[in-house]
Amino acid sequence: MWNPKAECLPREELEELKLERLKNTVRHVYENVPFYRRKMDEAGVKPEDIRSLEDIRHLPFTTKEDLRENYPFGLFAVPLKDVVRIHASSGTTGKPTVVGYTREDIEVWSEVMARTLGMVSASSEDVVQIAYGYGLFTGGLGVHYGAEKIGCTVIPTSGGNTKRQIMLMRDFGTTILCCTPSYACYLVEVMAELGVSPRELKLRAGLFGAEPWSEGMRREIESNLGIEALDIYGLSEIIGPGVAAECLCKEGLHIWEDHFLPEVINPATGEPLPPGEEGELVFTTLTKRGFPVIRYRTRDISFLLPEPCACGRTHVRMGRVKGRTDDMLIIRGVNVFPSQIEEVLLSLGYTEPHYLLVVDRERRLDVLEVWVEVSESIFRDEVRGLEELEEKIRREIEAVLGIAVKVRLVEPKTIQRSEGKAKRIIDRRDLR
Amino acid sequence: MSVKQISVFLENKSGRLAAVARLLASRGINIRALSIADTSDFGILRLIVDRPEEAYRALKEEGFTVSLTDVLAVAVPDRPGGLAPALEALSEANLNIEYLYAFVARHADQALVLLKVDDRERAVKVLEEAGFKVPSPEEIYSL
Ligand SMILES: [Zn+2]
Repeated sequence: MWNPKAECLPREELEELKLERLKNTVRHVYENVPFYRRKMDEAGVKPEDIRSLEDIRHLPFTTKEDLRENYPFGLFAVPLKDVVRIHASSGTTGKPTVVGYTREDIEVWSEVMARTLGMVSASSEDVVQIAYGYGLFTGGLGVHYGAEKIGCTVIPTSGGNTKRQIMLMRDFGTTILCCTPSYACYLVEVMAELGVSPRELKLRAGLFGAEPWSEGMRREIESNLGIEALDIYGLSEIIGPGVAAECLCKEGLHIWEDHFLPEVINPATGEPLPPGEEGELVFTTLTKRGFPVIRYRTRDISFLLPEPCACGRTHVRMGRVKGRTDDMLIIRGVNVFPSQIEEVLLSLGYTEPHYLLVVDRERRLDVLEVWVEVSESIFRDEVRGLEELEEKIRREIEAVLGIAVKVRLVEPKTIQRSEGKAKRIIDRRDLR
Repeated sequence: MSVKQISVFLENKSGRLAAVARLLASRGINIRALSIADTSDFGILRLIVDRPEEAYRALKEEGFTVSLTDVLAVAVPDRPGGLAPALEALSEANLNIEYLYAFVARHADQALVLLKVDDRERAVKVLEEAGFKVPSPEEIYSL
């Protein structure tokens, strides 16, 4: 554990600390960010109205659109001269969202990231390979500062160049790998192609995040690489990687509550949901100075687990992110996440499944087709066997989703591979 | 006595079979026999070639989903009804034939048929006892 005192702080003290920091943050944005002052005035809330943590629900939400509309520095709460770093997320449409960090913010980020690496007891003995992208994206540099704070030996490989990643991992004796889970799967695939055995590596743990993944994928990565694979969570609007991380119990991710205050809301109505109920995650930063955010709607779907954790950390846990409200497909009124399809394929013994959800509209009816690549692990030399497999996949998916689907077996490499986030959905409904 | 057959998963779209044939030709691998079993979406291409291991590796490297399957070759008289007694012998022995297809080339004036059966060893015995010749893999590859 990196910081036992903070990570195991008694709940009562933690609540007190959170409230004090929430009050400070609300006052800070009210005084320094015209956008927040205007929205709070419109909602009729003053900073002194925040007397308990529950009062947070009187504050207005902040959305991705708000960030875009205030491009580039409209939501910064300090003058630019106090900002030491800027990151930006690549919006696929329109302007990027820009975030800024003061020197103290970078210190907070390093601290929460060090705690995150501490989940696998990272120390100065560890060689940490960071295959998240470096640059405007927060992934690479975020993990980097945490690893350096601990004193790990950092290899900043950034993303891509998979063969070199594998060579360095072997030659430099990497012990901890940080990248997206789909890239970890891709690495496994390329390692097999190159004939590199996991036994040649010193890898013992991996911290994987930046996209939703499943328990099945974890088992795949863990057994193929012989490592502990933990889920980490973060987003640039809040700070970057290091907002929450799984401990070795692997039953939810501890949110570093002394820095980030979580809520789960009904995405349709904005109403807060009780613990345990699934909804959209909302975060308020508690210590950031440069770019504080109030009730930021992440669009990530999860739930909170308030029960104490066996690891001893007192910070609340969130469930593994199941998908995004904008990744979530709504087909004939039913919520569908790519991760559900993946679970089905893994449960049928399909190792490292490659699949694609193709949604179309035929005669005003949504039609979901699931393309599944036939790999050697599921291929058999009988048409009947493959038809039975197709049928089995279809039945299982229908049982999980509750809607009719078509399953199509396709040749390997039909579905686009990515070195970053995996593309799992093609929605053709809007094209006409 | 099993012959190595190459099975390749193919989507039912134009050019896929040609891609396999082209790849094998570029490696100087000769196709001895071929059959396709398909549905409206996909098919399984089954090949007997002169160098099965090499063909398997080449196809795999090219990204095809491919497997090696053990099949059985049997020589039958090249005349109407020549195949029937062989099938009857297998059926009487309760041996299941999953699929079969024929060679174009002949072997010592006899037609050659490839069979996928559930119990290959017993099938060889049954066929030989019924008076059929079961050519060795080497004989098949070098036809
Ligand atoms: Zn824990």
